Amino acid sequence: MAKSQIELKVNGKSVEAMVEPRTLLIHFLREQLNLTGPHIGCETSHCGACTVDLDGKSVKSCTIFAVQANGADIRTIEGIANADGTLHAIQEGFREMHGLQCGFCTPGMITRAYRLLQENKNPSEEEIRVGISGNLCRCTGYQNIVKAIQFAAAKLNGVPFQEAAE
Amino acid sequence: MIPAAFSYHRPKSVQEAVALLAQLGDNGRALAGGHSLIPMMKLRLASPGNLVDLAGIGELKGVRADGNDIVIGAMTTQHELVASDLLADKIPILRETSLQIADPQVRYLGTLGGNVANGDPGNDMPAVMVCLDASYDVTGKTGARQIAARDFYQGTYLTALETGEVLTAVRITTPATGHGWAYEKLKRKVGDYATAAAAVMLTMKSGKVDSCSIGLTNVADTPLWAQEAAKILTGSPLDTPTIKQAVAAAEAITSPASDARGPTQYRTKMAGVMLARALDRAKSRARG
Repeated sequence: MAKSQIELKVNGKSVEAMVEPRTLLIHFLREQLNLTGPHIGCETSHCGACTVDLDGKSVKSCTIFAVQANGADIRTIEGIANADGTLHAIQEGFREMHGLQCGFCTPGMITRAYRLLQENKNPSEEEIRVGISGNLCRCTGYQNIVKAIQFAAAKLNGVPFQEAAE
Repeated sequence: MIPAAFSYHRPKSVQEAVALLAQLGDNGRALAGGHSLIPMMKLRLASPGNLVDLAGIGELKGVRADGNDIVIGAMTTQHELVASDLLADKIPILRETSLQIADPQVRYLGTLGGNVANGDPGNDMPAVMVCLDASYDVTGKTGARQIAARDFYQGTYLTALETGEVLTAVRITTPATGHGWAYEKLKRKVGDYATAAAAVMLTMKSGKVDSCSIGLTNVADTPLWAQEAAKILTGSPLDTPTIKQAVAAAEAITSPASDARGPTQYRTKMAGVMLARALDRAKSRARG
């Protein structure tokens, strides 16, 4: 099948590439651009490990073709850290609050939390849980992931983070 | 999981899309948000030779008032439905339903048009459209027509849409001010299809039901319009014996499959439970 040319922005850089129409975005990112941060988990649009940010939307990159992303502006976990190389507040939150164990879901969780906090600067615990309901974690039980996102929200809002009593 | 090879098309207008689909015939499929079709393609349960992506067609997007109707472009995403102030004000059952579909990532891409046109009895919007008496604007090579949601669904993945036709918009008569609404869905987990679900729209007058419409999701091979149940409720104060009678009438028209969501009998009963809960909530929201 003939390849199509696509042009898009990935983590701030312009990219031109030839792709087969059937190439899924996750395969394009991992295999053609060597961005192996977004993970392939379930491959059935359930787990969210492949989540990337596309034109201001969190999307599961296993359920969209690379050709559909022609012209898009994409951010993966590789593009989340601050420009000076320091950790983004969400990444710091995951470290400080022990928001991961095996780490497989973490790129998707952080990328999703990034968009969530863009849309809702001060989410309640309930809003965080609904907001990350498309991302599965099989280790943590989610408690510390929620705390990590609360930590990040507090830091981004410039207020001290207060852990709720358990 | 890699789908079979296909050619990709991205038309700029409905006319261009319709011409392409007419030319491709059974070898072409329209692509909306892709969250039903792409998983099917990955499993090779679908392998169209051509995909006609509707994402580049601006006229298929957006929510607008048109006289007494609300018109929603087919490519409007669930995320956009949730965010629409016009819908929150005029047809809040749509927001309530959208929020129960899949998960945030899927809602950013999944579209209303795809949800209603796919003909999957597990999709939530078809029963809501049947409940609302919506109609679908459809365009084909020979021109445009409207199909009532209540006439649209014929069986699993079987609809009144002809090969080469594109569903372009959903048209809903603005419900009465002060109406009550609810979409109650039982599901095993986030992202699941309904074990059973019920949509209710009603108006109350002096404490009695003045009008009522009911749709049921995933308890038959099409969405169900529970006319008899609605008729029983009309004129009643929604008292317990009348609700019981209506629930029995609704259960009687279901024929759910026994599957991982439960055996037929259980799913039938759950349709009744969802209806009773939806009636309760719709009543609490209605004025009059």
